Amino acid sequence: MADPTGGNVPSMKMQAAGGGAAARSAPKPAPAAGGKRIEVPIKKAGSGIEDKLHTWPFLVRSEFLMSVAVIVILAVWSLTINAPLEGPANTTRTPNPSKAPWYFLGLQEMLVFFDPWYAGVVLPSFVIVGLMLIPYLDINPKGNGYYTFRERKYEILTFLLGFQVLWVSFIIIGTFFRGPGWNWFWPGQVWDPHLVESLTNVDLPYLFGFRDYTASALFGLSCIVAYFVVGYVLFYMWVRARPANDPWSSFPGGGKELLEHWGPVRFGITGFLFLAMIGVLVKMALRHALNIKYIMVTPWINI
Amino acid sequence: MAKFDLQEVKRQIVESQAWQSIFRHGYEDTPRNRILMVSGNIWLHLHPSKVQRHATRLRFTWCMGGITFLLFLVTVITGIYLMFYYRPTAEYAYADMKYLEFDMPFGMLMRNMHRWAAHGMVIAVWLHMFRVFMTGSYKPPREFNWVVGVILLVLTLLLSFTGYLLPWDQLSIWAVTVGSNMARATPLLGHEGPFHEVLGVNPIYDARAFLFGGSEIGPHTLLRFYILHCIFFPLLASLFMAVHFWRIRRDGISGPL
Repeated sequence: MADPTGGNVPSMKMQAAGGGAAARSAPKPAPAAGGKRIEVPIKKAGSGIEDKLHTWPFLVRSEFLMSVAVIVILAVWSLTINAPLEGPANTTRTPNPSKAPWYFLGLQEMLVFFDPWYAGVVLPSFVIVGLMLIPYLDINPKGNGYYTFRERKYEILTFLLGFQVLWVSFIIIGTFFRGPGWNWFWPGQVWDPHLVESLTNVDLPYLFGFRDYTASALFGLSCIVAYFVVGYVLFYMWVRARPANDPWSSFPGGGKELLEHWGPVRFGITGFLFLAMIGVLVKMALRHALNIKYIMVTPWINI
Repeated sequence: MAKFDLQEVKRQIVESQAWQSIFRHGYEDTPRNRILMVSGNIWLHLHPSKVQRHATRLRFTWCMGGITFLLFLVTVITGIYLMFYYRPTAEYAYADMKYLEFDMPFGMLMRNMHRWAAHGMVIAVWLHMFRVFMTGSYKPPREFNWVVGVILLVLTLLLSFTGYLLPWDQLSIWAVTVGSNMARATPLLGHEGPFHEVLGVNPIYDARAFLFGGSEIGPHTLLRFYILHCIFFPLLASLFMAVHFWRIRRDGISGPL
């Protein structure tokens, strides 16, 4: 057949020649000494043992099949379940409950525990910024490009706490367990719009006997400062106490070596984000166990 | 009369100047053609011509990034269809929804596919992020592409959120009210937020009013969200997607060395 490109693709020809053996049966690459796949990290220079497949057909094929499957599922779903459409918009009739779109219900659930400026603005900002910072805070070189739990268990546990436990489960709570007045209703329980739950919440300084505004505010402030100070100290001690010669750790020197590589800035930011995340759980626990409304009350902000 | 020869007809077509000006190579399954299939096709050229073996394995990739992109394309196509029948004004928006559902050919199906694909896209983005985290694929040299991915995650949520208002029914207007009311609590910039008095913001001039185009949700909000939903965020998302995909193309898929 004619070659309209006039053989003007030398680099591709070289690739084709190199990959020729892998063409039809896609065999394993030429085995290295011992016939076993090398597990020692070898940089790109050792391209002689690259384990590569042709994108066409191997990758394109699975992409095509997956696309067909997704479109078919979506089409069947769309044929059987209609998108909701309620009565026309009426700004004078507020439904009870009024729920945000489901993906924001975790944040709406936070409104139970925090004021809107924190639950709706500052906390989500922490989430977004914190997500963006992950690659710069996590200096563990292991676990890059493969599934592993042992080599990065604390990173994974923290992520699971934030994503699965907090974000996803609060969405489930907001979607299925919150009814009129944002009161808790079990699935199947009748939504009673007249249900009155007695609000017996008190502020933490009040619980400790403070009645003066200034003293209350100062006490609340010192509680929050103490939370972060103690949190940082515990976090530092815990990191420092990581044992040396942990076979799964990248830092054979243990916590001391880790802290040297981590540096104070990364440690500080990580600690702040982590404590802020745990703070959500602390506030929730205080609310449920002791009916605490605010920890700190000032004329400007309440936390 | 000459005998009709299908092979001869096919040969004449395939070797004609017109055919060869469009299709530059044949379909034979040769190593060279496999590479040309990808490198000579603008759409497939998003891929390298060869990929690492594990990149084709579903249990490694979950295919969630690709599914996110596919669902984005579905919303673009169905969204264009919906735009033909929808007017973003308070008088007509709801009536147009009814018209779309009951009178337009495939209107209900297009709306359903648009909405479910949008929800699916949010879930697919989260699962994609989850997978990328679990394989540690944000680690060097791909740190910045994770940041771009987080921006795309936020844009996906904003796309979905702005579209939520457009049916202009009770569900949409109150859901968006709940979500957008957070803006009035923004520190400094919202009239109910802490330290709002520093900048002197008020209900008709603060962060939420900027979002709503007024002190409460209304016709201006509908137009604003429509423009954000149909033009601004899709363009922005496309730009960041281009960066996102280009970076993957440059750095290659992550994997054990």
